[in-house]
Order: sequence, then structure tokens, then C-alpha cells
Amino acid sequence: MARIAGVDIPRDKRVVIALTYIYGIGRSTAEKVLAATQIDPNKRVKDLDDNEVVRLREYIDRNLRVEGDLRREVSMNIKRLIEIGCYRGIRHRRGLPVRGQRTRTNARTRKGPKKTVPGKKRARK
Amino acid sequence: MSRSLKKGPYVNPKLLKKIEEMNRTGERKVIKTWSRASTIFPQFVGHTIAIHDGRRHVPIYITENMVGHKLGEFAPTRYFRGHIKSEKGSRARRR
Repeated sequence: MARIAGVDIPRDKRVVIALTYIYGIGRSTAEKVLAATQIDPNKRVKDLDDNEVVRLREYIDRNLRVEGDLRREVSMNIKRLIEIGCYRGIRHRRGLPVRGQRTRTNARTRKGPKKTVPGKKRARK
Repeated sequence: MSRSLKKGPYVNPKLLKKIEEMNRTGERKVIKTWSRASTIFPQFVGHTIAIHDGRRHVPIYITENMVGHKLGEFAPTRYFRGHIKSEKGSRARRR
């Protein structure tokens, strides 16, 4: 069982891929980590020896912000925006898209499931 | 598409001058400005600035956290109070 950066236990996969199971590590970060620790990215996680696991764990702990810390940072950033009452903060508060996307249609990810308004006519202009 | 670092952040020179004058004299008063594009500088902290939203000047008290944002971000230009005659499911979109 490889336990890196807290609770993540990816196995049976190539290390590059397995590392991306950690929140805050994607493909490119995973590749960088492996290059820095000189581990073959094609190796399976179960084939890693203890030394390599330790190296990975240490490198990640020392250089990267992952999992809980990262999540906290992100939510602190959002909280800050909300508190200062700027445009982006207001959009977060309202649960609407923050980066200027259209809201006439779409934007379902932010707005959640459709709420149908009774008696609303389709545009006929 | 961010601004070139060479140029430094943009701030309306007149506004900055007024603020610095006020910092020097220790005076506190509301400054009206139309310059929504100006970046908030550390010098602005503690002042109240009335930012034009197209109709009126919205007074905003500048705190430390706001440094680096633009003035316009704090004075929304649109008002949305909800749709007319949509009993249920009417949720205010913008303030």
C-alpha cells in the first residue's frame, strides 16, 4: 500500500497516473515530480520500493500544496472575494458563473438543476 | 491578457494625487471618482471612495484586502431585483 500525501492509495496503475489521484496533482505536476525524484513514470505503484515511496512522499510534502491544504487555500481565496464585496465575490455569493460566461442559457454547473418558471414564454421577438 | 509589468499598475493620476494629499494632511473625506479602471493602491486603505456605477457614486470603504483589485469591481453596474410575476423559483440574480 502506497500512502502518499495523506489518504491517497492508488495502486496497480502507472505512477504518473496514480499520482494524479491526489488532489492538486495533475498530469504535468506528476511528470515533474517523477523527474525530480528520478523514478520511471511507467513503473506500477505496487512495484515501487520503499525508498522510492519515501522519496515521493518527501518531495510532495516539501514542494507541493495538495489535498487539505490546497482545498483550504482555495476556499480562503473565495471567502476573501466574498468578504470584500467585489464583483467576483458577489457572483460566488449568488452561485452564478464568476468569469463572465453567459447566463441566459447554460451555466448549469453553477446554477444547479433547471428551475422552470411557469408561464414563461419562449423569446418571440 | 494581463497588463505589461513594465508599465506597472494603472491608477488615475489625479485620484492618486488627491489621496496622497489627504494622507499628508491626515484628512478623511469621500472622493468621488469615475475612474473604475484604477487599481487600488495600498495608499487607498482607510479612505472611502465614491465610485461611479453609471448612475450614482457608490461609497466604498477601502480595506487592506481590496488592494490590487480595481475600483470598478466594487460598484456593480447592473441591478437585478428578480423577474416580474414569476411567483415561485424567482431567485434574485444580481443585486
